[in-house]
Amino acid sequence: METSRDDFVIAIRSAFLKKGTQQRFSLLGLIFFSLIFLILGSLNFKAINYVKIAINEIVYRSSFIVSTPEKFIKNNYLVVQNHLDLYEENEKNKSELVKLRSKDLLNKFIVLENKRLKNIIDDYLVKSDTIFAKVLSDKGSPFLKSIIVNKGSKHDINLGMIVMDGEYLVGKVVEVNYLSARVLLLSDLNSKIPVIIEPNEIFSILSGTGKDHGVIQYSKKYDNIQSESVIYSSGAGSLFEAGIPIGRINTNYSDEKRVEFFSDFSQLRFVKIISFIKSESE
Amino acid sequence: MTELRNKKFIKKLLSGMPLILLFVSVLNDYNFNFLDLKYFSFNFSYILIFYYSLKKSEGLGYTYIFIAGLFNDVVVGTPIGLSSLMYLILCGAAAYLRNITLRPSLVKDCIFFLITILIINSLLFITLNLIYNFELDYFDQIINIVHTFLLYFLFSNLFDFFENHFVGNIHAR
Repeated sequence: METSRDDFVIAIRSAFLKKGTQQRFSLLGLIFFSLIFLILGSLNFKAINYVKIAINEIVYRSSFIVSTPEKFIKNNYLVVQNHLDLYEENEKNKSELVKLRSKDLLNKFIVLENKRLKNIIDDYLVKSDTIFAKVLSDKGSPFLKSIIVNKGSKHDINLGMIVMDGEYLVGKVVEVNYLSARVLLLSDLNSKIPVIIEPNEIFSILSGTGKDHGVIQYSKKYDNIQSESVIYSSGAGSLFEAGIPIGRINTNYSDEKRVEFFSDFSQLRFVKIISFIKSESE
Repeated sequence: MTELRNKKFIKKLLSGMPLILLFVSVLNDYNFNFLDLKYFSFNFSYILIFYYSLKKSEGLGYTYIFIAGLFNDVVVGTPIGLSSLMYLILCGAAAYLRNITLRPSLVKDCIFFLITILIINSLLFITLNLIYNFELDYFDQIINIVHTFLLYFLFSNLFDFFENHFVGNIHAR
């Protein structure tokens, strides 16, 4: 019994304290380093923050270069996939175009009328600046759904600015470095934003799931939400402008109100980063 | 092959291949998400670190593994130092297994690897969820662990083949 305990201690000591050839630090020493990084990082220790910013800049750039082969494979795969779906998609697009042209005329009138009415009640938000950014890396890790963009504090990016893919909302800025920024996508488990569901004008919270869709939470009128309803930002909290399209409700898969995003987050290459300010009422 | 071995540059490149693979894998986690494989994810870094710490500890230095962990934290967005800690615990477990093993076998290695990644992922989950208030999906974690475990068999054989035929290491089984 005594001998086996001794063996265990010797094996552990050898594993954690013994330095191998060309090893400068023992395993235990490096574990201590990691713990110090973790503790000081969580206490927002300045030196650690500077180290983190430096690593961020190096890693984001090199990650962009290293992921080039994977992006090449991915893009080619998508090109082939698109070609296979081309005929079917074209037929569908033709019929949709006819419908949309007629709707567009009506929409233009409604937008102008809405703008005029919101100006009257001093609730009209205008885009302050639109910054176009390139997506450096899109890491779909099991922990975070986020993308890294090539614009940072140097380009006047601030925390909380919203990020759009065309006209669709995709997320908000959660980390700003000098030349890059991290965008938390709406699909992330930690993303929760106020939304409005049309028709029926139901206010609710859209929560990410960590997968490629979201779910609707916290609504008294939960059962009134119909499949194919469209989700817009509600504008509550004045972070987002009201009425930015986000996605569509899909109840085919389960009882939960699943939201299929309009934008495909795995295909983001360029995004718009925007902040909204209140317009000067005339 | 002998001619290749004699060439210094190629020899260096081949012996540094695990390190290159480690940094490429942390900078660009191959998740194949564009294939729409919903129930597929694995942690290649865990497999690589465990294999090389167990079979050829000089292939990956602890310091490089520590730095790779810091890089991984930045890429994934987890608190800095956390991945390094997990990678080093994995190294520790592999080194312990190496010390106590007299007659190595792939099945035993795999079982020990499974236990280690279960402990590591539990630690990771507890730290992220309870201390840093990250929300994580249990199911995704399980999927990741199962695939990492299953793919260890495949990658272990691939690395053995690589070591035997390209690097020519006599210690590799």
